[in-house]
Amino acid sequence: MSFIQYLINGISLGSVYALIALGYTMVYGIAKMLNFAHGDVIMVGAFTVYTLCSTLGLPPAVGILVAVVLCTCLGISIEKVAYKPLRKAASPLAVLITAIGVSYLLQNAVLLIFGADTKAFTSVVPIEPIKLADGQISISGETLVTVLVCLVIMVSLILFINKSKVGQAMLAVSEDKGAAQLMGINVNSTIAITFAIGSALAAVAGVLYCSAYPSLTPYTGSMPGIKAFVAAVFGGIGSIPGAFIGGILLGIIETFGKAYISSQLSDAIVFGVLIVVLLVKPSGLLGKNIQEKV
Amino acid sequence: MQKEKINLISKFKNANKNFKSNCITYGIILAAFLLIQILVSAGAVSNLIKGLLVPLCTYAILAVSLNLTVGILGELSLGHAGFMCVGAFAGAFFSKCMVGAIPSAIIRFPLAILIGAVCAGFFGFLIGIPVLRLKGDYLAIVTLAFGEIVKNIINCLYVGRDSKGFHFSMEDTASLGLEEGGEVIIKGAQGITGTPNDSTFTIGIVLLLITLFIVLNLIHSRDGRAIMAIRDNTIAAESVGIHITKYKLMAFSISAALAGVAGVLYAHNLSTLTALPKNFGYNQSIMILVFVVLGGIGNIRGSVISAVILTLLPELLRGLKDYRMLIYAVILIAMMLFNWSPKCRELREKYSFKQLLAKRKNKKEAA
Repeated sequence: MSFIQYLINGISLGSVYALIALGYTMVYGIAKMLNFAHGDVIMVGAFTVYTLCSTLGLPPAVGILVAVVLCTCLGISIEKVAYKPLRKAASPLAVLITAIGVSYLLQNAVLLIFGADTKAFTSVVPIEPIKLADGQISISGETLVTVLVCLVIMVSLILFINKSKVGQAMLAVSEDKGAAQLMGINVNSTIAITFAIGSALAAVAGVLYCSAYPSLTPYTGSMPGIKAFVAAVFGGIGSIPGAFIGGILLGIIETFGKAYISSQLSDAIVFGVLIVVLLVKPSGLLGKNIQEKV
Repeated sequence: MQKEKINLISKFKNANKNFKSNCITYGIILAAFLLIQILVSAGAVSNLIKGLLVPLCTYAILAVSLNLTVGILGELSLGHAGFMCVGAFAGAFFSKCMVGAIPSAIIRFPLAILIGAVCAGFFGFLIGIPVLRLKGDYLAIVTLAFGEIVKNIINCLYVGRDSKGFHFSMEDTASLGLEEGGEVIIKGAQGITGTPNDSTFTIGIVLLLITLFIVLNLIHSRDGRAIMAIRDNTIAAESVGIHITKYKLMAFSISAALAGVAGVLYAHNLSTLTALPKNFGYNQSIMILVFVVLGGIGNIRGSVISAVILTLLPELLRGLKDYRMLIYAVILIAMMLFNWSPKCRELREKYSFKQLLAKRKNKKEAA
């Protein structure tokens, strides 16, 4: 019985990783840059909902809506100010280091505004946990909602990218920016839209993450952010179903590692998975292998 | 005597640019060292600054060694604090074990430094083999992962010693199964306590000079040029017969070993060494990166100077302490935009000092 409960806990954690990884993989797949600040946008989203719902007492729906809008604006402005000027920089390190700077900036700005103490986040999911097998196994409402939201977002993202005109433009930009521009695609706005979608997803992920794990600090986003990147790499970066599968698997691995190996070493196990994946199959489970051309 | 002096001066004048630049770097550090020593003996230095002297050397060494990876090898490592952690624990472990056997700090401390450097270098080599096959973003994430793994493992590592030898455990002190009179050396999350305080400012400066000597000589050697060729164009470098893996590993391991040296220096400045996120975590790696970025990526002298400035500033301006991290973040973003954005570079070239001088000259000539 405990095995099944661990499995469910793993899926619960994994669905959050998957949700964050969807945003990661989206931005990485199209803009070809690792957005280190993604995890911190999650934190900003969670803080927005915390302020609106837990402090001001507004209904959760309003809070989530405001958080999504705010994070979208934040994502677009980060891209405009920090990443866009460096898109053509000589060194690929430039934009990566700037992304780290943005991540740091968000963390410390929130730290100055809200302070370092842990905030108790009130869950936005009003569903009672489901008990199975005489109460030995329980599935929380947050888990159900997160998995569901994750699936819906995944399917709609796939449809959006493959069926809509903007989505096709994104694919074109990800393959060749120059050629896409010659075909009349506005590269700048396409990348801005990508960041907007990624950040909106981050806001949703932040709210659901903090509903499931209700302690909120300015550093809340950074670790799940990095782990979600591991999940995205695991599933094959740039692949949307891959992010989902990678996230769920990583969550299960982490929970089992905690339960059966050592609770202190769980982070080490997750990162160990990353190193093994990169050694054995660097393109990830569902990723495409890209040959280097001269 | 006079003739010799003139000879020396003319030799210096004729020496190549690199040699001169290196001499200036060493000179700055020696001058700073002498100045501080004079101030200390005159009693003009507050205790706060005295306490900062060894950390200053530590950070300068870390910045120089990270610059070797980021600036010369052209790969972003976010696990530099991890290597520092390995060095710190290896060195402190050795010192703690050998306090009885080698009472003289003059012999023990260099040995501890050597062991710290070798351990960190070895880890750098081990991690480097798989990791250096990756590029850019992946390398950054994997090194970050490595740093976290090291911190994580050390936090649950227990090592004890009794008459039968060393005992290891990953659980707690009780499971070490020590005999009576046995001593626990590494206590998991509580780390190592009672490391001898061997670090002094003089040793720190000597180590910094040695680090600079190693890195600067490496850069201007045949190997260094090969490493920079790999940075500038891997495929071209490979096609002229440069062994990519060998040189990448070389730079990476040397960088890791030097971080280990800084770690040993750091460990012997504290009485209790613990692997907290504060001192060996991701944030520490980022802080070292900020030093490198502010000093100029690839500019070794700049790294030393910026490490000193960024360590001293928040301490001197107490009001800034809360904003320290925020300022670091802004520096990181602003410096990257200023130095690397193509538009900014154009502007800088247009309005650079040299250009303005040239314009003025042209005007004068025209007049």
